[in-house]
Amino acid sequence: MTDEGIDGLVVDAEVRRGDFTLVVAMTVAPGQVVGVLGPNGAGKSTLLSTLAGLTPVAAGRIVLAGQVIDDAATGAFVEAAGRPVGFVFQDYRLFPHLSVAENVAFSPRARGMSSRAARSAAAHWLSRLGLADLADRKPGELSGGQAQRVALARALAGQPALLLMDEPLSALDAGTRLDVRAELKRHLSDFSGPCLLVTHDPLEALVLADRLLVLEDGRIVQEGTPAQVARQPATEYVAKLVGLNLYAGRADGPGVALAGGGAFVIPDRGQHGDVLVAVRPSALVVSSQRPQASSARNTWPARVAGLTLLADRVRLDLEGQPPALADVTPAAVAELSLSPGSEVWVAAKATDLEVYTHADT
Amino acid sequence: MITLARSSGLTARERARRAARGGASRSVPAPLLAPALVAVAFLVLPLAGLIIRAPWGRLGSVLSGSDATQALQLSLWTASAATVISLIIGVPLAWVLARGSFPGQRLLRALVTLPLVLPPVVGGVALLLAFGRTGFLGQYLDSWFGLTIPFTPVAVVMAETFVAMPFLIITVEGALRSADQGFEEAAATLGATRMTVFRRVTVPLIAPSLGAGAILCWARALGEFGATITFAGSFPGRTETMPIAVYYALENDPDAAIALSLVLLLVSVVVLVSLRDRWVRGGSAP
Repeated sequence: MTDEGIDGLVVDAEVRRGDFTLVVAMTVAPGQVVGVLGPNGAGKSTLLSTLAGLTPVAAGRIVLAGQVIDDAATGAFVEAAGRPVGFVFQDYRLFPHLSVAENVAFSPRARGMSSRAARSAAAHWLSRLGLADLADRKPGELSGGQAQRVALARALAGQPALLLMDEPLSALDAGTRLDVRAELKRHLSDFSGPCLLVTHDPLEALVLADRLLVLEDGRIVQEGTPAQVARQPATEYVAKLVGLNLYAGRADGPGVALAGGGAFVIPDRGQHGDVLVAVRPSALVVSSQRPQASSARNTWPARVAGLTLLADRVRLDLEGQPPALADVTPAAVAELSLSPGSEVWVAAKATDLEVYTHADT
Repeated sequence: MITLARSSGLTARERARRAARGGASRSVPAPLLAPALVAVAFLVLPLAGLIIRAPWGRLGSVLSGSDATQALQLSLWTASAATVISLIIGVPLAWVLARGSFPGQRLLRALVTLPLVLPPVVGGVALLLAFGRTGFLGQYLDSWFGLTIPFTPVAVVMAETFVAMPFLIITVEGALRSADQGFEEAAATLGATRMTVFRRVTVPLIAPSLGAGAILCWARALGEFGATITFAGSFPGRTETMPIAVYYALENDPDAAIALSLVLLLVSVVVLVSLRDRWVRGGSAP
């Protein structure tokens, strides 16, 4: 078994929960932060609970820091309490009857330290995360950002070899989220073991993770650096997440016939066969009439189905062959008097289209 | 067309109430009001009678009589002992019923809660048959160790435990079932064994229900009559608890019976108040 020589986390397992099956094969190196993205019910939380020992695998095995912690074939299984895993829950789950210091000292104490040693370990982590002033408070007296830090301190105080975080920032309001995110980034870079961070928020994943893993329906659909995933999404979910238009189609030299109807002219790189075409909403040009003598190779008629005001722009939901999201300025909306139902023409330069195959993702 | 009902008027106070809390009329329909008042009278009048008929003048002398003091002391310590025993063996049983998963679990739960509905005197007979001198367990206790349980203070504690422990068990079991197990999961990921989780997380989190269950158990033990008199008898100073003393006093000295009853009533009120303010109304432990 060569896996056991590897220092980080090696998972090759299948987990069943009722009708749901999660199939995961991945390796996370020490010090690496993997962002786990996916829609609700994709299996993100199941993955974490399996790694923590709260759900056993149905097939396959999990190896952490060279030690087999779960193996369906041999029956090996290390109980949750025996795993060197730190878990930061979405709702934090700080013990309401214990003070902040007692919460943080809980794991060192449970893992066999004397109560005096556990207290000093807790004090160390509290000061490291800037929580020393809050040591005597009860969790009920903390703000969301403070509770998040205490949850992280409590998980780290057990000196885990693996850190799991389930949507660590989702319980925070938008204002504190930015601060806490920056701080979390700092603490994660100090952590020497592998870390898995489940999130809904692509930005959070892009900022915090070294690598992304996208789960859909219990399967890994994409894995790669944040930049790769953002530029070349493998599925519609990922494309929506990063705000791209994504089309599946068949390339034949300079043209792509789209699976959902419509066609694109693309830069001819001699591609043939199934491809994905991604285009940024801001790269699309919207006009009220068919553009004459334009450099854009792709033009097609569409109807405005909806308008959403974003911070500095308006996102148009366009129905056509193919459908698309297009970003325009509020001034353009006024000038073209766009409203739901308006008939428009959409144009895209061939060079703005990112064409790649599934194998590239 | 719908005809509007005649205006019935609305006091300023009622207007304010409805504006603040919303909701339509809260007046009680007459067909419900009358029986409700009868029920109130039925529950309250006898207690009022107790207070009216109380021999306030010689209350002190009646209660300081040795019999009454002995009975009160016996009742207090046996009820407390029964509660402690129930906590020691009943809470683990509640945990097993709430968290365990084994064949016959439902049957076991039914058996455990049987004393709740069983006439206490039947419980007393059952205890006598088990632990009496010729009982199937008692005969060995007697012949091997020379231990005789019936008609001793130990028998009082056993009878009270038998009748009162289920109150603690069902209260704690309910709390364990509805407790957020997320905290226990979190404790497990922090390295706590099942026993540590129980001791440091589960028990503190259900402390309010544990307190409520213990108080209910104690109050039930304090009022125990049927099982106690059957299994432990009524020897003044040894097995004659307050309720039994009240019963016998009623025959020769009604004033003493009333005085003793007042004491029990006072204890009950104190229990009820403490339950309402600290445990029953919900919220977390103080």
